[in-house]
Amino acid sequence: MLFIDLPLKNINKIMKQIYLDYASTTYIDPCVLQKMKPYLTIGYGNASALYSLGRQARIAIEKARQEVAKILGASSQEIIFTGSGTESVNSAIFGIAGAYKDKGNHIVISKIEHKAVLESAKKLEKEGFRVTYLNVDSAGLVKLDELKKALNKKTILVSIMYANNEIGTIQPVKKVSKIIRRFRKDSILPAFHSDACQAAGALSLRADNLGVDLLTLNGSKIYGPKGVGCLYVNKNYKIEPLIVGGHQEMGLRAGTENTALIVGLAEALKLAERWREKESRRLRKLRNYFIKKTLKTIPHCQLNGHHRKRLPNNLNFSIAGVEGESLVLKLDQRGIAASTGSACTSAELTPSHVLLALGLPEGLAHDSLRLTLGRKTSKKDLEYVLMVLPKIVEDLRKISAIKI
Amino acid sequence: MIQKKRQKIKKIDIKKGKKSWLYSKIVKEHFFHPRNVLLDEKNYRYDGKGIAGNVLCGDIMALWIKVDPKTQKIKDCKWRTYGCASAIAATSMMSVMVTEKGGMTFKKAIDLKPRQIIKRLGGLPRIKLHCAALGLSALKEAINDYPKNKNTK
Repeated sequence: MLFIDLPLKNINKIMKQIYLDYASTTYIDPCVLQKMKPYLTIGYGNASALYSLGRQARIAIEKARQEVAKILGASSQEIIFTGSGTESVNSAIFGIAGAYKDKGNHIVISKIEHKAVLESAKKLEKEGFRVTYLNVDSAGLVKLDELKKALNKKTILVSIMYANNEIGTIQPVKKVSKIIRRFRKDSILPAFHSDACQAAGALSLRADNLGVDLLTLNGSKIYGPKGVGCLYVNKNYKIEPLIVGGHQEMGLRAGTENTALIVGLAEALKLAERWREKESRRLRKLRNYFIKKTLKTIPHCQLNGHHRKRLPNNLNFSIAGVEGESLVLKLDQRGIAASTGSACTSAELTPSHVLLALGLPEGLAHDSLRLTLGRKTSKKDLEYVLMVLPKIVEDLRKISAIKI
Repeated sequence: MIQKKRQKIKKIDIKKGKKSWLYSKIVKEHFFHPRNVLLDEKNYRYDGKGIAGNVLCGDIMALWIKVDPKTQKIKDCKWRTYGCASAIAATSMMSVMVTEKGGMTFKKAIDLKPRQIIKRLGGLPRIKLHCAALGLSALKEAINDYPKNKNTK
C-alpha cells in the first residue's frame, strides 16, 4: 500500500529486491557458510593424504556422507558426492546404462524431466538405446498406465523426477516404485532413478520409503553452495563412473574431493530437513494466498500444474497475451526476480517443453510466469508483487498485437 | 599487496553494475517507453496495414501506416507487438526511423535492412536478430497494402 500513488522514479528509490526465483538457485545460508569456511582456508588438505591435514579433510567428508545418508535412510557407502545435480543425473543414467548394457537397452523417462535427464537419454538414444518418453496429464502427473505398458524385459532404467522444477507438480514416486517392483519380481532391473533436486527441503527424501534405487540431490537449491551434488546409489546396483582418473568416491567419481562444498551440502541438507515441515506449511499458505489473489485480479490468467500435488513454493501462471520475457524484464525493473518458460529466454527459441507436455498451446507457454518462494519471502513481498503485476500485465496487453 | 587488493573487492554491487541490464541502453529505453504504439485502433484511419510473425516463435507484430499521397512518404507509423523486449524495442525503433525527418519514401523503407535497425538500437544479441527482421516484414506488408486501400477510397 505504501507505494501505490508514487511515480515509478520514486518506487525505484525505496523498493527492495524481491527474489522469487528460489527454484533456480538460492543464497547460501550463513550457518552453512560458517561450516564451510575452515575448509576453504586452513583445512585445505587433500582427503587422500596420509598426514593429519589430509585426515581432517577425510573425517569431515565422511561425516558429511553419514549425515546425508541418515537423511536419505541409506548407508554411507551408498552416497557419492558429485559436482552438481546435473552431474549426478548424468552419472545415474550413463552409469546404469554402462553397467547393465548387456542386460537391456531400453530406458523410460517422463516428458517433463529436467534437461539433464532428457539430454542424457537423447544421447543414449543416439548410441543405440531405446527410450520411451511417458506422457503427463494436464496437471503434469505422469501417466502410470503408460509406464506399466512401457516396461519390458529390456528395460534397465526408469527415471522420473520427484517434483517438477517449472510447475512444481509432485510425482507419485511411491506408486511408480511399486509398479516397477511388481514388474521386476526377482530381478533388480529396471533400476529406478529420481531427480529430487527440487523436492529437497519440501518433501521426505527417505530413499527406503520412496522405493527409489538412485536419487539425485544438489546444493544450490537448498541454501547450500553451487557446484556440488550427491547421488544415492542402492548397494545392490553398480554404476559405471562418468569421470575417471582416481580412486575417490569409491572409484565412482574421480577428482580430489572439494571438502568445503561437500561439508556445505551436508549442512544445508540437514537444515533443510530440520525446517522442512514448518517452512513448507508457511510457504504453502503464502502460495495459496497468492494464487487466489492473482486469479482474481488478473483476467485471462491460469495456474499451470496441479493445485494440490504441488511444491509448497511453486507458482506458475500463464497470463494470456503477455509474453514472458517482457514480463520478467518489467518485473525486474520493479525489483522482482522471476522466471519464465517463454522461448525468448531459451537459446533454441522454443517454449518450455514442460508446459507443452501439459498440452498448453504455444501461445500460453510463451506467456508463462514462474515465481518460486523461499526462506526470505514474506507476505509483504507478495503484496508488493500483487500490486505491481496487474499494472504491468495491463501495460503489456495494451501494446500487444494479440487482443485477448 | 595481495592483502590490499582483497580489501578492495568487498562487495559486488549487482544493481549498479553496467551490465545489469540484458540489452543495450537504447533497447531498454524503447522497451520501457515504446514510441508510436497504436492504442486506439477503432478511430485510427490508416492507409496500409501489415502483420508479421507467429505465436510459435513468440513474436507477432501489427503495423499501420499513413502515407502522404503526393510525396509517397510515410507520414505516420503505428504498431503493436506481442513479444520479447527486443521485439518491442525493434518495432519501436523502426517506427521512429521511418517517420523521422519528414518521413521515409517507400523505396527507402522497402530497402531498410534489419542491421540498420539493430545498429540504431546499439546492438541485439545474436539469437534476437530475427526480431528486427520481423518488424520489417510487417512494414513491407503494410506498404504493399497501401495501393489496395488507395483504390478503394
